[in-house]
Amino acid sequence: MNFPVNALVLLAGIFLLSNAPREPQTYVIGDKADDFSLRNVDGRMISLADYPEAKGFIVVFTCNHCPYAQLYEQRLIDLHKKFNPRGFPVIAINPNAPEIVPEDSFEEMKIRAAEKRYPFVYLLDSAQTVFPRFGALRTPHVFILDRNLIVRYIGAIDDSPETAAAAQRKYVDSAVTAMLRGERPEPDFTRAIGCMIKRRK
Amino acid sequence: MRILYLVSFLFFSGSCALRGQAYTVYDDFSQLETRIQQLSAKTTVVINFWATWCGPCVEELPCFEELTQKYGGPDFQVWLVSLDFKTRLEKQFIPFLEKNKLKAEVILLADQNADDWIPKVHKDWEGSLPSTVVISGGQRKLQQGQFANFEELESFVLGFLKTVQKVTGLSTEGSR
Repeated sequence: MNFPVNALVLLAGIFLLSNAPREPQTYVIGDKADDFSLRNVDGRMISLADYPEAKGFIVVFTCNHCPYAQLYEQRLIDLHKKFNPRGFPVIAINPNAPEIVPEDSFEEMKIRAAEKRYPFVYLLDSAQTVFPRFGALRTPHVFILDRNLIVRYIGAIDDSPETAAAAQRKYVDSAVTAMLRGERPEPDFTRAIGCMIKRRK
Repeated sequence: MRILYLVSFLFFSGSCALRGQAYTVYDDFSQLETRIQQLSAKTTVVINFWATWCGPCVEELPCFEELTQKYGGPDFQVWLVSLDFKTRLEKQFIPFLEKNKLKAEVILLADQNADDWIPKVHKDWEGSLPSTVVISGGQRKLQQGQFANFEELESFVLGFLKTVQKVTGLSTEGSR
């Protein structure tokens, strides 16, 4: 008689545990990021594991439609051109649901990437599983990872959205430069105005 | 010729501002902070951070207009704080205000040191638009993202006011 009761309690326990509301933890500085596999505008599936030589990654959640993302487009191209040869490629990910923002569809991403000659990959988070894991909230939103996928910087690209030349603090540039010297970025967390990520309901 | 063009442009933009809706430009966040600090203890302020270029922000503006109409007064204020660029004031911001004739107070916040001022609005805010902060009785509540409709905004505000025990003077039936 005892056994089935125990088994029932155990089953109930498993049931309760599996149904307990668990907020997925988003990354903070020092966490190890999960790799992902997302489709690039050229049709290939891209993972961070595809870059065995990389010293790290400038992962940026960005998109076509957001004026802030557009303002930073050239700066992302410049960052990739500067740091990709030194082992830090830009990995751009569009997190928006195209049903909500038609301008951010995969087809539109292809057009944009071709028009602006993106030197970096431009991936679509089509299932919207990657950006919530990172804890990305807006476009653009940067996460710099080291070669072991440890998150070293979260935040803005610089402190001057409207004009690149007026930037006094180039956060991403300084962070990667510090990491290439074997140092920790300082600051490692910044805030900025941006467009809320459009999540499928 | 260039001077003539400049003069006519200034005249045109000046007259636009005169004919259009009143708005205030704050170049420094401290100006907004001072306004908040000067509020009396019984005053509630709902601050919506928006921009004319932000689709979901513009979509939810009517909710804040309705809130202003229903509850607005000296002890219940709604501030629409725009993050539009100052350089696009004449081309984008003023025409938008002229077209929409907003009832709530409009402020253009042009402080570029976003990393400094964003956490002063609310410790959990990282800067995505739209976002809304309600301030009452020295406490703050943050909503990141759009309100689906007026009822959602209203219950967000009233629910918060209940928790700060400021429900007196603000019945759910409204002041009208």
